Amino acid sequence: MLKNILQVLRELKKQKLRTFLTLFGIIWGTVSVILLLAFGFAIKAQTSESMHGLGESICIMWSGKTSISYAGFPRGRNLHFQKGDAEFLRDQVPLIGNISPQYSRSVAVRVKDKKQSFNINAVLPEFTKMRNLVPRMGGRFLNQLDEKKRRRVVFIGFDVEEKMFGKGNGLGKTIYIEGMPFTVIGVLIQKKQDSSYNGRDKDAIYMPVSTYLGIYGDRYMDNMVCKAENVEYTDQMKDDIQLAYARKYRFHPDDTEALGIWDTTENEKFLNTFFGGFNIFLGVVGVMTLIVGGIGISNIMYVIVEERTNEIGIKRAVGAKKHLILFQYLTETFVIAGLGTIIGFLISMGIIALTNQLPLKEYIGTLVLDPVIAMTTIIIIVMITLAAGWGPATRASNLDPVIAINK
Amino acid sequence: MIDMNNIKKVYDTGKIQVEALRGVNLQIEEGDFMTVVGPSGSGKSTLMNIIGCLDKPSEGEYKLNQKSVKNFNDNQLSEIRNQDIGFVFQNFNLLPYASAYENVEMPLLFAGMSGKKRRERVEYILDRVGLSERMGHKPNELSGGQKQRVAIARALVNNPKIILADEPTGNLDTKTGENIMQLFIELWKEGNTIVMITHDPRATKYSEKAVKLIDGKIKNQTMD
Repeated sequence: MLKNILQVLRELKKQKLRTFLTLFGIIWGTVSVILLLAFGFAIKAQTSESMHGLGESICIMWSGKTSISYAGFPRGRNLHFQKGDAEFLRDQVPLIGNISPQYSRSVAVRVKDKKQSFNINAVLPEFTKMRNLVPRMGGRFLNQLDEKKRRRVVFIGFDVEEKMFGKGNGLGKTIYIEGMPFTVIGVLIQKKQDSSYNGRDKDAIYMPVSTYLGIYGDRYMDNMVCKAENVEYTDQMKDDIQLAYARKYRFHPDDTEALGIWDTTENEKFLNTFFGGFNIFLGVVGVMTLIVGGIGISNIMYVIVEERTNEIGIKRAVGAKKHLILFQYLTETFVIAGLGTIIGFLISMGIIALTNQLPLKEYIGTLVLDPVIAMTTIIIIVMITLAAGWGPATRASNLDPVIAINK
Repeated sequence: MIDMNNIKKVYDTGKIQVEALRGVNLQIEEGDFMTVVGPSGSGKSTLMNIIGCLDKPSEGEYKLNQKSVKNFNDNQLSEIRNQDIGFVFQNFNLLPYASAYENVEMPLLFAGMSGKKRRERVEYILDRVGLSERMGHKPNELSGGQKQRVAIARALVNNPKIILADEPTGNLDTKTGENIMQLFIELWKEGNTIVMITHDPRATKYSEKAVKLIDGKIKNQTMD
């Protein structure tokens, strides 16, 4: 076996141009598959990460205007979320896992002599889980005690910190919101966010609902954010919310304009479908290239078998069985393909490393040689090699020894 | 040991059918030294290929050790060629990239012999044919006579029941041919069974049986 491989390598060394041309097909194919899929996966991961900046599988709700007259009310009635609505829904719809009201307003903020206006958002502690508001090391998000004790604490976006305190300097400092001092208990970590409502999280300030209402006493909340206990039941949850709400505010259960729900799982579904198709397309393009490489190998193997007809005849004459010859030529095909694959992988890894040095992260993210891609590529190569080697190897093993030995 | 009864071989080349053997009867006993002579195209090589189980007869019965070859499948025939037959060809038929040692070792590899035993056996045989000094040489580094010795060693290495030699001295000069013929005679005297296609008078002198093939038929079979 080892001897066999060494002999193949010797043969390859002797026929340099032929070897190069043969290997080139497989190298080219390997590089194509790996790079195309690496790009595809990286772009998907990048898009997915920015999308999750808003939160994963959440529903954002707004109150709207009725569009169907119902129970004696005319259509066109304005509805508003009111204090207690979040608790009401939590109570009525068991499928809800997390829910938080969100009150917001634009306020003047001051730190020492720096003044600027920002959006403040009053939310419950569970808002952090839904909206991916992760605090940087050392800080934390708002908690139940803050809520209960109406503490004057805020969690701020990283841009707020940078503008008011300078990068990395905000934690534990005091910030003045319309003249009232608040302590910064947490700063948002760097994150990407490609969609938003009420502005980006990096520019926002978060405070407990109780604190906010104590100061401003808003009658209506701006919106609510909720997430199903189990993502699979999101659709059912939305229906249940619509019904519960229609009951409470007496609008027609089919009135789709009374309550607006933005379901981000739909974006997710679209993203998965789109990139699924995109990556299949890239994969197919790569596999096509590999198949062309496989055809190249197959051709070369036919030539090799032709050249070694006499050798095969000799081996058969001194007792080599058919399957041994078959195995020998399949092995040889695999050695060539294996060599091409290894070189292809090395080149791909080089290109991936180089590309990651380029300032393209914003668009394509970080390329990685994903183990799944690597394994898939190898499995495809093995199948193509088997197909490429089978013809020549069976021809070799089926040669008539009498004819072969006289060649 | 070998019993051939009305062996016929027809090559079907599409339009025309070529009858290479037209009813050959032949018996070979253990320890025989048989020579086969005849003009080219008389079917000598076809006969050798059939005896050596490289080819199957179209008609007739060939029994090797009382067993009819007809019923063997390809794997069994390969085993027979490996274990019971030793081929020596006119043009040596050595693997060009392999050393003398590796060429001789090849049948043992196909037989699945273990490494240590293999080494002993190959060295012993190469020594027997007088090539112990040239084990590592490739065929293109060997003279014609040395190449044929390697081929003979390869034929002998599995201790075959019969050695088939197809004009083994045909490609050699007179003196070298003489040495090779001498080696065959020694091997025969040691108890090997040999069938040889040759026109060499030295061989016919020693051989107990001489078969003359003409047009695919045995013309005369002399018995000493």
